[in-house]
Amino acid sequence: MKPLRIYAVAYLIFLYAPIALLPLFAFNDGTIIAFPLQGFTTKWFAELSGNKALLSAVGNSLFIAAMTAIFATLLGICAARAGAMADFPGKRGIIGFVMLPLVLPEIIVATSLLIIMRQVLGLDLSNWTVIAAHVLICMPFSIAILNGAFQNLDPALEEAALDLGENRWSAFRLVILPLVMPGIISSLLISFTISLDEFIIAFFLTGTNPTMPVYIWGLLRFPGQLPVVMALGTILVTLSILLLALAEYFRRRGLARAGVTDSGGFL
Amino acid sequence: MSTLISLSQVEKYYGDYHALRGIDLEIRSGEFFSLLGPSGCGKTTLLRTIAGFEGVSGGAIRIDGKDMAGVPPNLRPTNMVFQSYAIFPHLSVAENVAFGLRRSGLSKTDKARAVTEALEMVGLGGFGKRAAHALSGGQRQRVALARALILKPKVLLLDEPLSALDKKMREQMQVELIKLQRQVGITFILVTHDQEEALVMSDRIAVMFDGEIGQMADPETLYRRPASRRVAEFIGQMNFLQARIVDDAGASLMLEVAGLGRTRVEASQATADARTGACVVGLRPETLGILFEGEAPRLGQEVIDAVVDEVVYYGDMTYYHVHIPGVAEPLKLSMKNITGRPVLDIGTSTRVAWDPRALVLLGG
Repeated sequence: MKPLRIYAVAYLIFLYAPIALLPLFAFNDGTIIAFPLQGFTTKWFAELSGNKALLSAVGNSLFIAAMTAIFATLLGICAARAGAMADFPGKRGIIGFVMLPLVLPEIIVATSLLIIMRQVLGLDLSNWTVIAAHVLICMPFSIAILNGAFQNLDPALEEAALDLGENRWSAFRLVILPLVMPGIISSLLISFTISLDEFIIAFFLTGTNPTMPVYIWGLLRFPGQLPVVMALGTILVTLSILLLALAEYFRRRGLARAGVTDSGGFL
Repeated sequence: MSTLISLSQVEKYYGDYHALRGIDLEIRSGEFFSLLGPSGCGKTTLLRTIAGFEGVSGGAIRIDGKDMAGVPPNLRPTNMVFQSYAIFPHLSVAENVAFGLRRSGLSKTDKARAVTEALEMVGLGGFGKRAAHALSGGQRQRVALARALILKPKVLLLDEPLSALDKKMREQMQVELIKLQRQVGITFILVTHDQEEALVMSDRIAVMFDGEIGQMADPETLYRRPASRRVAEFIGQMNFLQARIVDDAGASLMLEVAGLGRTRVEASQATADARTGACVVGLRPETLGILFEGEAPRLGQEVIDAVVDEVVYYGDMTYYHVHIPGVAEPLKLSMKNITGRPVLDIGTSTRVAWDPRALVLLGG
């Protein structure tokens, strides 16, 4: 038992210590990322807010993440509902293909998408090309979350609504949608988070305006800018944790509402 | 009473599986009708075709004279109480009950009054503000009833509505459902696998096996004059003895029954197929009686000797398995434990009274 416990603790330190260093150096009064610490400062955060190029990159990323979250979740709702309620030939195969981007190497996806968009379709790279690619990789997560929400529903609920005079669409809106809403919010938040810090695909497909991760990567060539990156990283980590916690909260509330026991999730 | 629902030659296939095989059925207005059968016999499928959740592969369903082909559930004059109750968990009790009134065009106060009335009718007055997921099984059942009845449907369809309740609650709800049905005067169609439930509640019962109707009759006829050995075995307990028709005189039959000897029965006690082919005699356990010390057979009863093989004591009743010397099949019989009557021991030799008027002659 003892060695296992030591292993578990060591594992957690290895996993989270580097992230803990982010805020440490973000508030450190020195350009060199090294111990001993120089003293407390918030000037890196101030410098951050004055950096026009960075702010524009952040703006791009937020726009891309928001659009990705909306499209991935909309498509995820359709796929999860079809998967949970309808029965059609080849269903398992189709769902399998939709889930595939979860395990495809992103660099391969990015390269092939670049070729398709530039060479085959002749599109100009822009925020929208990034959005399209991000929807592709966020969809599996969205479906995984929404599948849970849809499969927990008693099919008799929709039939009851039909029986009580509603048509298919209004039954969906009045009964199904409110019951899966926590799953939808959870899916929006997770897709948003994934898209926000995605680098490889954005690096390949971004146009003249880089996204935030791409811009940060560019900054790394200038060591003097490193503490600013740390400050930005601190904000991002805090934001990510908040969003994921919120997503999990909504997922659990959805389970409680449907009156079923928890059967796993992302957190 | 006029016919409200008529099914003619209704067929249903799921792929190769033949779920309903030429169902003909007429259900009268105001009737409490049950579809009874073992699981997989097609009773729920039949109910769902009437509700419109399943299309038919052949034949026609007419409700109140109108052909229901292609009419979706929301446009049929039927409402359903689901086996799982399907109470909307995100709505309150009152919102659940009011759900069907959304498109009614009633004013807010009229709706509220209708909801209050419906809840009071099912014994849930004052429960309107409760959250639906905080209700017990019996209360959910009542909400489901109120939600369906508030629309005043021509037909209320109930899919195994009592199967999720415990025994006490189930018996209580049986009585309440009968009262409710009389009060509202709506036609009820109940699907159940519980023969006792069907006998207690129904005006008429259709017993289904393998997608076909085995017999359709009122509870008493079904119990006393089952149309086949299968129906007799499914409903209540029945003893079967090998038999042979010695003489068929048209209005009456002379039988030779294993262990019971020769006896004469009315033609109405025999099914048509029993008179033409192989046959067995069926006797209900309660029509047989052990003759205790000092008891004499009643007028019309016959007496045979038997030996007690098994004794099952139930408090108010004792169930005996006995055998007639020389007959392989044991006879089951039940005796009321009235004062002064002993419980016999296994191995006791005794006399058993039986009544030729109580037996049925079945094919098989």
